[in-house]
Amino acid sequence: MSTAVEEFHSSANRVTRDAQLRAFLQRTLLKYQETRGRQQAAFQDWPSARQAAAEAKWEAVNHLDHYLVQFEENLLQRGTKVHWARHGAEAREIILGLLRDHNARTVIKSKSMATEEIHLNDALAQAGFEVVESDLGEYICQLKEEPPYHLVFPAMHLSREQISELFHDKLGSERTSNPEELTLIARRVLRQKYVQADAGITGANFAVAETGMISITENEGNARLTAALPKIMITLVGIEKVLPRLDDLALLLPMLATAGTGQPLTCYNSQYAGPRQPGECDGPEEYHVILLDNHRTALLADAEQRDALHCIRCGACLNICPIFRNVGGHTYGTTYGGPIGSVITPHFRGLQDWKHLSSASSLCGACSETCPVKINIHHHLLHNRRNGQQEKAIWVEQLGFRFFTFVANSPALWQFFMELGRFFEPLLKRVRKTRLDPLRPWTRTREFPPLADQTFKEWWRQRQ
Amino acid sequence: MVKIIERLGHRVVFHDDLNCCGQPAFNSGCWKESRLVAERVLTRLRGVEAVVIGSGSCGAMLKKFYPELFAGTPLAEVAKELSPKVWEFSDFLVNRLGVTDLCASFSGRATFHDGCHGLRELGIKSAPRELLRCVRGLELVEMKDNEVCCGFGGTFAAKFPAISTAMGENKCAQAVDTGAEFIVSNDSSCLMHLQGLLDRQGRKMKTVHLAEVLAGQ
Repeated sequence: MSTAVEEFHSSANRVTRDAQLRAFLQRTLLKYQETRGRQQAAFQDWPSARQAAAEAKWEAVNHLDHYLVQFEENLLQRGTKVHWARHGAEAREIILGLLRDHNARTVIKSKSMATEEIHLNDALAQAGFEVVESDLGEYICQLKEEPPYHLVFPAMHLSREQISELFHDKLGSERTSNPEELTLIARRVLRQKYVQADAGITGANFAVAETGMISITENEGNARLTAALPKIMITLVGIEKVLPRLDDLALLLPMLATAGTGQPLTCYNSQYAGPRQPGECDGPEEYHVILLDNHRTALLADAEQRDALHCIRCGACLNICPIFRNVGGHTYGTTYGGPIGSVITPHFRGLQDWKHLSSASSLCGACSETCPVKINIHHHLLHNRRNGQQEKAIWVEQLGFRFFTFVANSPALWQFFMELGRFFEPLLKRVRKTRLDPLRPWTRTREFPPLADQTFKEWWRQRQ
Repeated sequence: MVKIIERLGHRVVFHDDLNCCGQPAFNSGCWKESRLVAERVLTRLRGVEAVVIGSGSCGAMLKKFYPELFAGTPLAEVAKELSPKVWEFSDFLVNRLGVTDLCASFSGRATFHDGCHGLRELGIKSAPRELLRCVRGLELVEMKDNEVCCGFGGTFAAKFPAISTAMGENKCAQAVDTGAEFIVSNDSSCLMHLQGLLDRQGRKMKTVHLAEVLAGQ
């Protein structure tokens, strides 16, 4: 067993035993579901909107070669510098190089899962830069030295009291459970950081090829300040974020807000198309866009699972997922948690080390049903399971199924094992609740049903 | 199921050498082993008029996953031909035979649990409820969050027992909250899981397959 599997199991066991945390997760996510439901109802025709959004992403992802080049050309025209990073290390090097070239010391960041993916904060800190997350949730996680809990709600697992305690410890503020006061405490610190920062690093929700713009969706205005105040702005964007047309935003911005947070639109949606132009009074002096591959082209080459690149990171599949609701975000041990994370992490970080995430699903399909861009999420979990077995079979499981197949295909053997089961049933009952019980994974928490006195087959034969 | 379908004037054929549809192996990624079981099912069921299955999960396997499992094999066409003939039991009664009232009676208060495969792979939601509403003496009440999975998930229940149990406990709590005496479903596997949990909790609530309720006279 690799460490990732062990950690998953031990964390899942811990969280599932924590009734209070589970109840908190269920309550919070249920509230989200209700808000989202109301907002979704505001669409005249949600299924058609979903279809159109999926088609826009399909068009972009299946013609990435065209749209990425168009995106780059348009960015270059307005004086943006474009960098292509094959993997995380290359992206980190580019960013560190840019910061060194400009003698930057402090960096302000807005929320970006791509930077989480390449562990940028660690790299910046190691190289001696001061980095501050400006999204409130991310800032809390940074103070707590924890990875984000959820794609969209990074600090959703913390109560106001816990946040107050954290601020008290790290910032020396007075304790308060008033959310407005808590926000003000963070705001006082962050405002200073914006002014001091030499560089601003952002992510991107969309990259519009037609106009060479990146689009950022947020609720706090922190991404605007991150982009506007420092002299250098750097955007790290996964190559799959590209959209063909500006018009596509008219659909995808409300879809993202609805699916992600249940809002009609988020409070701020900003598009950035380059550095400060001659005659303009604000904006960064230099603008750099880094296009990140990091295994995305390999996923693109997988025709069966290519639609996983449609993901707009709305987090809806996490919110609806009954597994997520019972194990929480940190259990996954990945940058991208929840159902979509279980699909793409094996592609990003290795199938054998991360295939257990695809098995940790009841395949209920709620994720695929809720996905605003129609990714076939739960079927891809099946595909990962198959690919995992094909590449390197778990021999016990394979042998088990070969044996089962053999028995299932032989009526005589099937009958024999049925009789055997009946014979051993009293014995099994006696070892129940002990370590000798072969059915222990089941019977530890559940009763095992008694075998029927008469099977359906016996009844059928008797009737004939 | 047999009694009900026969009472409606149809002939039921049963192949007693078929034991499994191959879903456990399929869901565990062992598609080759799954095909070995599924091949037998496919060939035996060739040429029948309709295949009726008392489980949304096995139904989804035959109807939706066989074509994928056999894609690119000599049996691909056979799997595709079989797919439209496969019916989950309640869907078959309501949407193929056009029957909702089976003159059944069953006394008690019951809540219906949708198995996820039936609900989301096959899109069955109203058929079992229409059938249950016609049952004399039965009061049908809905659970809160009735589309949430019960946590069975086949081998998932044994591979990740802690998560499966947590999900099941949530489901049982929702069912208990309705004040119902019975949980009815069109999937025995969900019911086995829920009954196991209810019994361990020492609750009186019983799980019953839809067909048993509909056969009650």
